[in-house]
Amino acid sequence: MVSSIFLQRELRLLARQKADWLNPLLFFIIVLSLFPLGVGPEPNMLRIIAPGVIWIAALLSVLLASERLFKDDYRNGVIEQLVAGRQSLLAFVLAKTFANWLSTGLPLLLLSPVVALLLGLEQAALGAMALTLLLGTPLLSLLSVMGSALTMAADKGGILLALLILPLYIPLLIFASSAIEAASMGLGYQGQLAILLAMLLLALALVPMAVTSALRINVS
Amino acid sequence: MFKWLDPYAKSETLYHFCGKLLPYLMVSALALLLLGNIWGLAFTPADYQQGDSYRIIHIHVPSAIMSMGAYAAMASAAFVALIWQIKVAHWAVLAIAPIGATYTAIALITGMAWGKPMWGAWWVWDARLTSELILLFLYLGVIALNGAFSDRQVGAKVSSLLALIGVINLPIIHFSVEWWNTLHQGASITKFARPSIDPSMLWPLLISILAFAVLLMALTCLRLRTAILVNEQHRPWVRKLVGGQ
Repeated sequence: MVSSIFLQRELRLLARQKADWLNPLLFFIIVLSLFPLGVGPEPNMLRIIAPGVIWIAALLSVLLASERLFKDDYRNGVIEQLVAGRQSLLAFVLAKTFANWLSTGLPLLLLSPVVALLLGLEQAALGAMALTLLLGTPLLSLLSVMGSALTMAADKGGILLALLILPLYIPLLIFASSAIEAASMGLGYQGQLAILLAMLLLALALVPMAVTSALRINVS
Repeated sequence: MFKWLDPYAKSETLYHFCGKLLPYLMVSALALLLLGNIWGLAFTPADYQQGDSYRIIHIHVPSAIMSMGAYAAMASAAFVALIWQIKVAHWAVLAIAPIGATYTAIALITGMAWGKPMWGAWWVWDARLTSELILLFLYLGVIALNGAFSDRQVGAKVSSLLALIGVINLPIIHFSVEWWNTLHQGASITKFARPSIDPSMLWPLLISILAFAVLLMALTCLRLRTAILVNEQHRPWVRKLVGGQ
């Protein structure tokens, strides 16, 4: 109940500030199109580097979207009110995370066929990419919400957020790109997907608690 | 136990306690370091396969073990600081972080120097090396996060929280050689089984590990004392101590 009110609020904010989520998407496409220009449009080469390139672009665009996640709410006192009031901070965090995923992760998932076209991925690898994005982008959202909550009140948040969060993205990057790679070679990739799912569930259980305590610390 | 520990949450008591420990820790760290390293580097037999180049183990393994030990200590301090709201524990977190980062860097650099002759490459992207690199980033993240806030107290709390979150990396580093087929070898010293390393090489190694541990404690005491003085500079006892007006 409370969660849905928070979610409505988040979605309304997103609808009014379209640049907050459209720009990261544009950024994703642009980064992806830079690679063929940078390393040369050789199809075989592109196919080899595609898994890593897709995921690095995804990480960076989610990172870009997460910088301002809590900044406005912090500045105009919303978070202070939530901490002081008796509303569930956890519901707020979950709504924030879900809205973040809806506005950044889901569009990446929907864009993935276009991406496959750009980089010349095969049919089999396309499915693997969609599945890794499905499991991986919620994890990205959780981690970036956490980073954003930690750096909420910091003076120089932007670059610091990248320094904190990018190392935490590394395990995800390894398993996701290795799943796509295995798929494009015609191998099974259930193992990598299982690990991605395990990481997602673990993060889902622990990260919201870390975020709520980060929010409390920042307004105390 | 809490009754016994409680007075040390007070900065003045802790300052003097660290001061009392410091000379003993420093002297024994130096003695152990000299003993372990000279014994290990000069007087142990050469390895049948790796020749003399294996001797870097006497620096690589202690620094790697203690890079994780320092993180565990830092995270414990962070836990205490956040749960019981103890200020000095926050300062302990920040006292340990640069030492741990240095140990991690030493472990990585000596590992590279060892990897070049043995594996033929300075760096390979296997799980042990990658997770140790992430450990270095976590240390640097804790340091950087602390410096980013204009309110020092919030900075200390937030960086403690990050230290606590990063604990997830410790089991990953430890088990990385078992979970993945890594180029990095498995553990040679285990508590329960017979170690797969000859006693003549084992003893200096154990002494070196102990030396790095004691050095960690000594440096932490030193840095914690400085942190207490800086943070409590307006308190009367500090003013009296430094002979100010």
